[in-house]
Amino acid sequence: MYEFKFSRPGTVRQAANLLAKTEDAKLVAGGHTLIPVLKQRLAKPAHLIDLSKIEGLDAIEMKGRSLAIGAMARHASVANSAVVGEAIPALAKLAGMIGDPAVRHMGTIGGSIANNDPTADYPAACLALDATIVTNKRKIKADDFFKGLFETALEPDEVISRVQFPLAKKAAYIKFRNQASRYALVGVFVAKRPSEVRVAVTGAGGNGVFRVKSFEEALKKRFSPKSLDGMTVPADGLNSDLHGSAEYRAHLISVLAVRAVEEANA
Amino acid sequence: MAKISITVNGNTAAANIDPRMLLVQFLREHLRLTGTHVGCDTSQCGACVVHLNGKAVKSCTVLAVMADGGSVTTIEGLAADGAPLHPMQEAFRQNHGLQCGFCTPGMIMTAVDMVNRKGNDLDEPTIREELEGNLCRCTGYHNIVKSIAAGAKAMAK
Repeated sequence: MYEFKFSRPGTVRQAANLLAKTEDAKLVAGGHTLIPVLKQRLAKPAHLIDLSKIEGLDAIEMKGRSLAIGAMARHASVANSAVVGEAIPALAKLAGMIGDPAVRHMGTIGGSIANNDPTADYPAACLALDATIVTNKRKIKADDFFKGLFETALEPDEVISRVQFPLAKKAAYIKFRNQASRYALVGVFVAKRPSEVRVAVTGAGGNGVFRVKSFEEALKKRFSPKSLDGMTVPADGLNSDLHGSAEYRAHLISVLAVRAVEEANA
Repeated sequence: MAKISITVNGNTAAANIDPRMLLVQFLREHLRLTGTHVGCDTSQCGACVVHLNGKAVKSCTVLAVMADGGSVTTIEGLAADGAPLHPMQEAFRQNHGLQCGFCTPGMIMTAVDMVNRKGNDLDEPTIREELEGNLCRCTGYHNIVKSIAAGAKAMAK
């Protein structure tokens, strides 16, 4: 690791101020992506701002018809939360499939979506459930938040405070895991909402998480696995690496989407 | 430099450290608690698992400054010197839950955390799934799983 200074502000406002006025500052939540990156000297922040001492930033609660999850909520807290299990069980299940138990004790939802790893799980949930990302400055719809590989709409001095998920009628997430890393080789999140159906795919897109509009339209007519009979996504623009070709990932998207609809209907 | 104070195995450990210091380095090099091992150093193998504020974490991927004000339990903290072993340690001994022994401290800390979260009656699929963050390079999982099942029961007594 290169040298850095370290601060632990007590409020989001202090964190944002520090972030704005300090050159090359970086926020750290659970640190389970950032610390490995620092160890490999792939990043050289001059200052780390730890969000873990900000009271209430890990709260999980219902706010009207939405489930609000604080940015510092650990994956294990989301997975085991009775509130999440009641409101959006698919989201609790997704959180319980991230990494391993020790990783889930540290990793956070805010860190995951701010990092926007193209194989991370939470971005698919945010996109499929039409989540709103609330920061110290504004509210950002998931459709406008995820901008590409490791890129988001966040400005340099912006801090995520929570993610709000409107309740879905039905939802399910099916993940085909990379056996070594536990990241998604492909993950498909399907959500039946009052006015629409959304299908979001992680792990496969060359440009990060994306929606499959053709699947969404077919499922809107009838929310049944049969609606996806014979439907495919083109392999163009999908990832190809030693874990799987673009064609393989395209195939998995159809298979997992069908399984997700089956699970959502179960 | 950063001033930290962490309760380690019930004792207060205060120090002025470089913020880059990992929790596992603080434990091993500063406090000389070398029971916690560094295996892969990439948060995959679990040899460095300790309990931070009661929960299993990979101490190679936590900065010591992030644990400031917190409470850490290491393998040395499970049973006092000279006292009988912790039931989970004893179960590993009785069931030969180790071969070379390098992964064992992390396995035991993960096992105790598993019991804390999942209770004393652990079936084999649960244990195997919960162990996905701990690698045994000798591949001696069979007796590790047996040890954890036995240790979990023993912890209820």
